[in-house]
Amino acid sequence: MAHTLAEKILLAHADVDDLAPGDTVMVRVDAVMANDVSGPIAFRQMEKIGVERVFDPEKVVMVADHFVPAKDARSAALQRRLKDWAIEQGVVYYDQGRGGIEHTLLVEEGWVVPGEVIVGGDSHTCTYGALGAFGSGLGSTDIAAALAFGEFWQPVPETIRVEFTGEKRGFVSGKDLILAVIAEIGVAGATNAVLEFVGEGARSLSIDERLAVANMAVEAGAETGLFPADDTTRSYLAGRVRRGWDELRSDPGAQVSRELHIDLGAVDPLVAAPHSPGNVVPLAEVTGTRVEQVYIGNCANGTITDLRQAAAVLRGRRVHPRARAVIVPATQAIYRQALEERLLDAFVEAGAMVSTPTCGACFGGGMGVPGAGETAVTTTNRNFRGRMGSADARVYLSNAYVAAAAAVAGELIDPGELIEAPAR
Amino acid sequence: MTIAGRAVTIREDNVDTDVLYPGEFLNVEDPDQMSAHLFEGLDPSLRDELGPDTILVVGDNFGTGSSREHVPVAMKASGVSCVVGKSFARIFRRNCLNLGLPLVDCPGAAARANTGARVEVDLDGGTVAVDGERFEIAPMPDFMRQMVAAGGLVPWLRGRARG
Repeated sequence: MAHTLAEKILLAHADVDDLAPGDTVMVRVDAVMANDVSGPIAFRQMEKIGVERVFDPEKVVMVADHFVPAKDARSAALQRRLKDWAIEQGVVYYDQGRGGIEHTLLVEEGWVVPGEVIVGGDSHTCTYGALGAFGSGLGSTDIAAALAFGEFWQPVPETIRVEFTGEKRGFVSGKDLILAVIAEIGVAGATNAVLEFVGEGARSLSIDERLAVANMAVEAGAETGLFPADDTTRSYLAGRVRRGWDELRSDPGAQVSRELHIDLGAVDPLVAAPHSPGNVVPLAEVTGTRVEQVYIGNCANGTITDLRQAAAVLRGRRVHPRARAVIVPATQAIYRQALEERLLDAFVEAGAMVSTPTCGACFGGGMGVPGAGETAVTTTNRNFRGRMGSADARVYLSNAYVAAAAAVAGELIDPGELIEAPAR
Repeated sequence: MTIAGRAVTIREDNVDTDVLYPGEFLNVEDPDQMSAHLFEGLDPSLRDELGPDTILVVGDNFGTGSSREHVPVAMKASGVSCVVGKSFARIFRRNCLNLGLPLVDCPGAAARANTGARVEVDLDGGTVAVDGERFEIAPMPDFMRQMVAAGGLVPWLRGRARG
């Protein structure tokens, strides 16, 4: 029987002869991740299951990233629990100042291997689909079961095939492509499904751009957002991953529930206006909107690619007096690279704040929360009412060029008013 | 398995877990303390409606967004015994079932039930009744029904840990 990529990955991780959408199977995991928010709750649930040790310490990784650096004593206590548990269990632990935002970090550190299954106590675990891995975001009780037994229960998802054709233009980035998909199918359009990104346009994207696309698959309701691994994946993983892996593909004729075609050449810079990632409009419709805060970072768009885009706009310019800018490299390695490339100089000279890697203000956890009545432009993935802290703040999601240009202008503008569009 | 109670209705679609339980309280660990922040970003007064026989009635794509288990933990601690909705986001659905909180897809009943309605959910018979008016529901897959009947994933797995 012809299978989709998602079905092939799950079949290779389940003790069944065959499977189809709608079947519920127990799936073996190749890695389990949790953080300072989801971890401590999972540890308690694991104790209640009655299991003392994790199924395999080499397949478990803990990352302190949400409330870091600790904003208060309660957050510090959670981080202490995470650290003590990780040491006690002998699992890999990325402490503050030595890791970064979990999803960008795990990809960078070689935890994510094409064709493998990684579960994480965070909804944006779907990011790992960028490398052709089945990354699945779960709650803490699911994580507890995975820590104890190395398995989780999973209804086999349907597949929505998204074909990207053509070449993207000007200031368009991975962010705009996934916003274009969400605009078409809606915030629940991929519930019980995975998105699979194929076509020459998908293959033309860099790993950082694929990460931005896959990261927001969950904003369409999807389980994960898969890019079949290819030469780009192989060169990225060389030196990061020692295990062998195959370039798995969906079989010709495999059943998909829906097909989308997006001509990248027809996509303009997009933003998601308040208060939903599905409230997608062309940038041109909202230019002139006044902005008090710009936030460039998070697990979607805190990569070196994003920081380079932001620096191209901010270098030699100043953050507008009305606005403030917070820039958050997603990992320590990205932070160091941005330092070496003198991107951080450009940010600081422009009057922007540069933060240590953290999930921070993206979810209202601290490090730059906008206030009531303020408008923020962010490269993050959610702009639900109150998401960043104040229910009376308005958040626009955009790519890094657009966010940086808003910092300079104090309002949403076309980045083309400040710099030449990059040559592709 | 039959659950009966009083409806507390949230009409909006796409209600996200950020408004159900804002991020700034994710460093709270005690379930009773979590209850104090439930619905904080949506309508804190809804908390006063919750009691030991509450059946929460919700719209489409309820629980979208973050994987935070604080939401169903706080719901359970506040007395919610079942959630009846038009449809649910994936991780929220998993979290409820894993915690032994039954969750039922029934657009008809969800549209019909106002706050205060008497709701009866018959998981084995496959019906939801709202003030006596019956709506059919698809049978819950065996695995999920067994897990919910056991009280959730933890008790369901405890047997396995002993064995």
